Amino acid sequence: MMNKQNKDYKKMIPPRYKKPSLITWILTVIFISFMFTGISNAGLSPERLGSGIVNMFSFIGNAFPPDVSRTGSIIGSIIETFEIALVGTFFGVILSLPIAILASRNTTPHPLIRTATRGVVSTLRTVPDLIWALIFVISVGLGPLAGILTIIVDTIGFCARFFSERIEEIEKGPSQALESTGATQLGIISGSVIPIGFPSFVGTSLYAVEKSIRSAVILGLVGAGGIGVELNTAMSIRAFDEALMIIILILIVVITVEQISTLIRKKVI
Amino acid sequence: MISLKVENIGKTYPDGNEALKDINFEVNPGEAVVLLGHNGSGKSTLFRSITSFETPSKGSIYMDGTNITELKKRQLRPVRKRVGMVFQHFHLINNLSVFQNVLFGALGQTRFFFQTFSPFASQSLREKAIECLDRVGLAHFAHKRSDQLSGGQQQRVAIARMLMQDPEIVLADEPIASLDPKAGREVMDLLWEIAEERGLSVICILHQMDIAREYGDRIIALKNGELILDESMDKIDSAFFRSLYEHEEDEDTSDEQKRVEVG
Repeated sequence: MMNKQNKDYKKMIPPRYKKPSLITWILTVIFISFMFTGISNAGLSPERLGSGIVNMFSFIGNAFPPDVSRTGSIIGSIIETFEIALVGTFFGVILSLPIAILASRNTTPHPLIRTATRGVVSTLRTVPDLIWALIFVISVGLGPLAGILTIIVDTIGFCARFFSERIEEIEKGPSQALESTGATQLGIISGSVIPIGFPSFVGTSLYAVEKSIRSAVILGLVGAGGIGVELNTAMSIRAFDEALMIIILILIVVITVEQISTLIRKKVI
Repeated sequence: MISLKVENIGKTYPDGNEALKDINFEVNPGEAVVLLGHNGSGKSTLFRSITSFETPSKGSIYMDGTNITELKKRQLRPVRKRVGMVFQHFHLINNLSVFQNVLFGALGQTRFFFQTFSPFASQSLREKAIECLDRVGLAHFAHKRSDQLSGGQQQRVAIARMLMQDPEIVLADEPIASLDPKAGREVMDLLWEIAEERGLSVICILHQMDIAREYGDRIIALKNGELILDESMDKIDSAFFRSLYEHEEDEDTSDEQKRVEVG
């Protein structure tokens, strides 16, 4: 039988709804008002929606069939994009390793250095890549160099963080074993920390390559070299069939790189 | 060969836990000492103090007359070079080859660290590494990844790495605790043979009473942070061994584990 000692047990049923706290109320009001002004600022109107759909169809209509006449020079630009991504990621990864070592609790020479490097890395990561690209276009001029520098910065922001997370989780036993042979700090790091973290570093770097390819496509829009420049031009002169060709080729390259990277990752890890 | 003297070592943790109380003993060159005690007895703390991975709260530890508790990290390096260590969990670099792991034993001897990396190591160093591996009977596994080996084999690789270091004293922290009895015995035999042929002193933490009685020249036993026995093997009667462990079930083992994680 059920426990009937407490005659008022029916009153103990929890209420269907709990009264929200004041903070919940405030946050809800703020959220709703932003949603409301956001939607109304978008200037949504039936006419606009209608013409939007018509324009979309005219774009698609003009884009088909894709223009293959300039495929040669488009492929040239795509290769440039790929090179920007590859070169930038390579140097980014190379620089990430020492930065990650400085930024990790168990390998940093001093806690202050760790705090400082972590600060730099998170700044690199927080500022979006397009803004870095604008800054580098201003400092080194239009072209692939600005793109490469952007990808380097972007890769450091990404890789240094994940490398450092991996380094901090490495068990200290093997490092202690090397330390007990009288090894220097540099010997301990290159003999135990780097080899143990290596598979993870490779995995992270391959993700960085994939990320950089997508990033490098966009960078051309602000003049930092590569296929983005071509796409921007084709769009602004309304050569939509050429634009479609560019988009298709981008898709092929990005998917190919992702497949290759997945294959390598499976082999390493 | 090296002599070791532990003088009035005490360790109190910040939480007030007194892990070691006034420990005194000496180890003479070429002596094989077994350090006994159940979990929480302070033997691991004592061990980490001797290997300078932990600083005792008081007292001194002398290696050949040098007080190692006063040394800075950089000054510790030449001392560590002379002290070979064997660990319970082997502590090999799992995804590197057996051969490379053994070469790392020479990290304290080369001028630059990369001189112990297999592609750059000198011919003489490479030959020495394979000799050390041959001594532990695993030269034919040199090219294998070390995590492909069994536990007993990994511990033997760790012993080869320790040999590569040319140590004068060997400190072994429960070297057979994670091995099955047969592999454990093989590792103990090997360790003792090597110590004897090279005249090394050995301090070995052990858990297993029977193994301790079989191998130790001398037993040092700790209980609740105090040294309760320091006697040569032939003078100890079996009644003592029974008394040492009889309250083990009552003791709190989690304490020791907690400290290991913190330390």
